[in-house]
Amino acid sequence: MPLPDAVATHLERHGQALFGSLGRLARQPFATFLTVVVIGIALALPAALWLTVANLRVVTEGLDDTVQLSVYLELPTTAAQAKQAALAIEAKKGVADAVLVSPDEGLAEFRKLSGIDAALEALPENPLPWLVKVRPSPPHDTAAAIDELAAQLRKVERVELVEADTAWVRRIHAIEDTLQQLVLLVAAVLAAGVLAVVGNTIRLEINGRRAEIEVTKLVGGSNAFVRRPFLYSGFWQGLGGGLLAVALIAAGLAALGPFVERLAAAYGAGFALRSLSLQEWPLVVGGGALLGLAGAWLAATYHLRRIEPRA
Amino acid sequence: MIRFDRVFKRYPNGREALAELSFELETGEMAFLTGHSGAGKSTVLRLIALLERPTRGQVFVNGRNTSAVRGGAIPAFRRQVGVVFQDHRLLDDRPVYDNVALPLAVGGVPRREMDKRVRAALDQVGLLGRERSFPLELSAGEQQRVGIARAVITKPPVLIADEPTGNLDPDLALEVMNLFQRFNAVGVTVLVATHDVHLLERFRVRRLHIEHGRLATVPHAAA
Repeated sequence: MPLPDAVATHLERHGQALFGSLGRLARQPFATFLTVVVIGIALALPAALWLTVANLRVVTEGLDDTVQLSVYLELPTTAAQAKQAALAIEAKKGVADAVLVSPDEGLAEFRKLSGIDAALEALPENPLPWLVKVRPSPPHDTAAAIDELAAQLRKVERVELVEADTAWVRRIHAIEDTLQQLVLLVAAVLAAGVLAVVGNTIRLEINGRRAEIEVTKLVGGSNAFVRRPFLYSGFWQGLGGGLLAVALIAAGLAALGPFVERLAAAYGAGFALRSLSLQEWPLVVGGGALLGLAGAWLAATYHLRRIEPRA
Repeated sequence: MIRFDRVFKRYPNGREALAELSFELETGEMAFLTGHSGAGKSTVLRLIALLERPTRGQVFVNGRNTSAVRGGAIPAFRRQVGVVFQDHRLLDDRPVYDNVALPLAVGGVPRREMDKRVRAALDQVGLLGRERSFPLELSAGEQQRVGIARAVITKPPVLIADEPTGNLDPDLALEVMNLFQRFNAVGVTVLVATHDVHLLERFRVRRLHIEHGRLATVPHAAA
């Protein structure tokens, strides 16, 4: 079905401006390249930080941060004494449950997690103490209440050491939250930077095409008409920057990959670096294009208003 | 038509270009605007094309008070006024076609109609077939005719020209003036600022002579 004339004309004009601006950028390859590189780096930086946090989260996701206390009993403690201690612990106020772990069970678990079988075999006897894993009941699982509970548990007969194991997991998660907030801040600052870079490029472009702008306004070109090619120019530069950012990240991941693999292998973990997801990379590219458009709009609106034809 | 009603113009730098200037050009009339350099000829043209606004007084173009034409209405207003410059103001990096079509492009005229009208306008100035040439490949007279084609392509009721023959030798100047007269013959109101004595003698049209920003009687009985 043919388009109505007005629509077709409208599309044709936009198409001309769209590809005309691309052609103009191509005629100044070096200047365009520099702008695109700056935008690419400005976009790649927060995206890389974001990925770092996301990968950290993958690693630490498995870490349970439900609050738990480890209560180690004195050496030596017999099985009967250990059971008695466990019952005494379970009876304390604020304890939801207490699970007794024998030295043998502890050793088996440690062997499974650490992967240092050979060294463990060399030990003449099991060095591990009896352990009681304590889960506090809800109102007693705040940081302050846990300290209080730990103090109570330390008074139980045969208890040697009480550890709140989960504090470090919580700290890691708090650090990740902080980093994520930092990513947002960095992204906001660099987005402003992209606006400024594109704005400056557009300003130069406007100055270079002053005569054309004046003549166009003189023959009745509206501000919107005069502005259009510059908007598309900003759009292309932003789009180029976004694509470059995605490429930079892919290159960075490829360079880091083998090292991360070796690191993961050393820890006996099957971990692979996560790259930008199918939702994320269009966000980077589209974000770049949008920032380019916005920067161009700001600069063009500001500078074009001040160019009036002279006669 | 063009009407100036007690127009006073002072530029931001303090220079007073026009003082109480009043005149009227009927629809379809043609006139020369004369006077020494700095007498205010360019200011008159700038006020008509809405490149400037009067400090006091009113300017009417095509029946509209220019002081009522503001902001977004200016582009449409300018499409009703064809302007020709001494230095023709062509875009050297665009072919003749693009230069002439520019006033249509900004108005959103479809491509097919644009082709037709560009050819018609180039035909009128005797440059049909030069669409793909670039301005710098043309002679001075041809460049000026491209400028005229661009000024008339929207069929504006008013055509103004600032020293359009200033850079041309007498034969080419005559050619250009003949063009203006042809547009005038089909009803276009034409105002040409010039100090070319030969043209003034040759073309017997009304003469608006400006001195110190006011309308003055023509100094000697030429034309």
